[in-house]
Amino acid sequence: MLFTLILFRVLLSALTKYPVSRKGRKTRKTKLPLHKHTPSGKRGDDIRPKPPLHVTCSTWLLPESCEADVNTSENIMSLKKALSAASPLTLRIVAECPVTKARACDLILPHSAVSTPVFMPVGTQGTMKGITVDQLEGLGCQICLGNTYHLGMRPGPDLIEKANGLHGFMNWKRNLLTDSGGFQMVSLVKLSEVTEEGVKFKSPYDGKEILLSPEKSIDIQNSLGSDIMMQLDDVISSTLKGPRVEEAMHRSIRWLDRCIAANKNPDKQNLFAIIQGGLNVELRKACLDEMTQRDVPGFAIGGLSGGEEKNDFWRMVTLSTDHLPREKPRYLMGVGYPVDLVVCVALGCDMFDCVFPTRTARFGSALVPWGSLQIKHNQYAKDFQPIDPDCQCPTCFRHSRAYLHALFKSDTAATHHVTIHNIAYQLTLMLSVRRSIVEGRFPEFIQTFMKRMFPSRDQYPGWAVDALASVNVTLE
Amino acid sequence: MKLQLSCVVQGRSRLGVLKGLGRTGQHSLEVPGCLLHTQLGTVPHLTQDTLHTMSNLPSVSQVTLSHIAEHQEALEEFKDGFRKFAGLHDTVLYCSLHDPATPCPTGHTTSKTVSVWGSGGRIELTVAKFMALQKTVQPDWYQSMADGETWPKNTSRKRVRKSVDRSLAHLDECLLVHHKSQELESVEVFGVVEGGDILEERLRSARETAKRPVAGFCLDGLQTGCMDQALRTQLITAVTTELPEDKPRLLQGVGRPDEVLACVEAGVDLFESFFPFQVTERGCALSFSFHISPELAVPALDEERDTAGEALQNGDLSLDDQTQMTSFEINLKDERYRDDFRPVVEGCGCYCCKNHQRAYLHHLLVTNEMLAGVLLMIHNTTHYHAFFGALREALANDEMDLLKRRVLGERKD
Ligand SMILES: [Zn+2]
Ligand SMILES: [Zn+2]
Repeated sequence: MLFTLILFRVLLSALTKYPVSRKGRKTRKTKLPLHKHTPSGKRGDDIRPKPPLHVTCSTWLLPESCEADVNTSENIMSLKKALSAASPLTLRIVAECPVTKARACDLILPHSAVSTPVFMPVGTQGTMKGITVDQLEGLGCQICLGNTYHLGMRPGPDLIEKANGLHGFMNWKRNLLTDSGGFQMVSLVKLSEVTEEGVKFKSPYDGKEILLSPEKSIDIQNSLGSDIMMQLDDVISSTLKGPRVEEAMHRSIRWLDRCIAANKNPDKQNLFAIIQGGLNVELRKACLDEMTQRDVPGFAIGGLSGGEEKNDFWRMVTLSTDHLPREKPRYLMGVGYPVDLVVCVALGCDMFDCVFPTRTARFGSALVPWGSLQIKHNQYAKDFQPIDPDCQCPTCFRHSRAYLHALFKSDTAATHHVTIHNIAYQLTLMLSVRRSIVEGRFPEFIQTFMKRMFPSRDQYPGWAVDALASVNVTLE
Repeated sequence: MKLQLSCVVQGRSRLGVLKGLGRTGQHSLEVPGCLLHTQLGTVPHLTQDTLHTMSNLPSVSQVTLSHIAEHQEALEEFKDGFRKFAGLHDTVLYCSLHDPATPCPTGHTTSKTVSVWGSGGRIELTVAKFMALQKTVQPDWYQSMADGETWPKNTSRKRVRKSVDRSLAHLDECLLVHHKSQELESVEVFGVVEGGDILEERLRSARETAKRPVAGFCLDGLQTGCMDQALRTQLITAVTTELPEDKPRLLQGVGRPDEVLACVEAGVDLFESFFPFQVTERGCALSFSFHISPELAVPALDEERDTAGEALQNGDLSLDDQTQMTSFEINLKDERYRDDFRPVVEGCGCYCCKNHQRAYLHHLLVTNEMLAGVLLMIHNTTHYHAFFGALREALANDEMDLLKRRVLGERKD
């Protein structure tokens, strides 16, 4: 479309398309021992188990070869396997870090392929904070989020369905992930009440009582037509302890089953389970144990990044990835600070989302490899270099800190400029991470990244040092 | 800057090209035409990428001292002028005093100073400061400093006379500094014609200003809200007969399509395009038809347009009313657009209309999402500039009456 966008895309695609020779991968395969955390499974391009027979979309029956099992106790599991074999998601592991648990994958979703590790920007109301879908696509974004709670309220699932789903409504050609709506409900609506049925709350728009059940959440997400849907989970504060945590964990498992049963479009929409269990190791393990028996196309690590100690946070993350199947994507919900992203990739997570880069842009905070830059501060009034001289985004291509500083006093376009830069920063960071994994130098990448981010070693956050040490990276 | 007129219709409406714009003189602007309205060099809501989804944008961008003055220090240190400072590369820069989209408070003008309002409050400008600013901004062309405070109702004859005198004095002083400044060597100056609603003062201001070495004229104090169109037409007609034919006339503060048509017929060449911005700010989309051939007309709009306030047709608006919707637009916040899956304007080629539906814009507006401003600004700007294209075409083909009927709809005024 436009020169700067085109230029940026060329640069991005240059980043994504580094050659991974078959030979190189083979050598690594033989050289490296299987990671101790890697569950058994074939290594190869497409590690998703091949269906025993080709299951076509029109016949949702068991493959013929399984007919003999129909009346056995295996029945349910076989059915689930057969269904998931046709699930609209393929994960190809492109490379695995020989030192840490990091991996680079190609995640094939209905609307396009996604290169992981991936950061997914959040477009709450079906729009990305003043950025057009063309701009977002130009930045190389392959998947973004919509919020079921907000969209379910306004404009409502019926209208979005009429507009050919959220893709059609916002005219976004790539992938969408929608949350269950539960999190927003519990955090935004004061008077919400959780029962076995679902989450009951009063609509902030007309005061009507509404029940968000697992079935209702999936029903709305089916109308939105997202490529990845999230199960409704029983959301509790991440710092909560005691029996409520256990109750929420068990309920989330029961709700997962109800969500799986309620999904009307298993051939078009992927449903991810959300691992709960608070900060309790045993509960997390129990939840992982139960949920990984369900044949869902992917897993999210939930109930974290809600104000808990970072020491607890990373231990729960690494515990979860230890027990999640290697052949399915792992999505760490609500994580998006650059340091957290790099550490959690090392712990084995593939997907991330956070409102932080877009929200912080509104206050004039621009993300840079050495932290952030408060463009509204007077120190930038006469600073004529771009936000980040090494950044290739359309904002840095054209505008100086001084101009953006001035523009913040006149027009909202200033926010858009910083939003574009921040999204570009996050996406570029993840592409650099991916490239380093593919090229077998992720541990070195981490060292360089941390050195640039913090002025000195003693400023490294302790939790990050510990977390990285747990995956064999000792920060210099 | 050179105005080349290709025809003058009915003795007054002028069709032509303003040539030799910019430092190297390679730019031109068709007249009747309008400038690109910006705030600090940025078309409101738009980045360069969203702006350039539009083709055929005017080659001239308008910046105003009310936005720029507070950044003088930074600009002075930058040294390379505002265009480069703002990351604008290939545009002609016109620098005016006030932002036509935001009326400024009265009562702060003195015989030696005028005031502009930026985000940090009032900044008082003497001619010295005004010219120092121009030297740092380095526009291709600027409006001379002027006292335009004649627009409030019941401004006395004495005050109007004073505004003419002061503006002439400011102009002389500006020209004096201008001709002594090497950095302004190839920069053009527009003189400002004042005179409120008093015919003799208007004529005096026009005649005196025309005697000075200016490249063109700004017609000030005639903005929407301070007089009705009949009086405005009468004053502009009288003023333009006093002005040399070979120099452009820029009318400040008038942007409504019906008023634009009337003012073109009175002899105006250039307008400021703040109107589409105002429409955007109230969550509305321009939808009026200006296609002369009936098959391109938009029939569906007539039922919608009549919802706009009838009182607004009379032209006797107060300045506050500029925030109210006109009959040239539709209010996309209206519930009726909730499930309307048509583009804003059928057949419009803008990025907004090609990619999005009214229902989506309605949703963005009711949820206060920033993309609403972006998409509306793209559509409104496109629509408005296309209207000017149609206007020039109508003049060329001698079809102004047809165009007027189309734009004004069924109205009998
Ligand atoms: Zn940048
Ligand atoms: Zn349009």
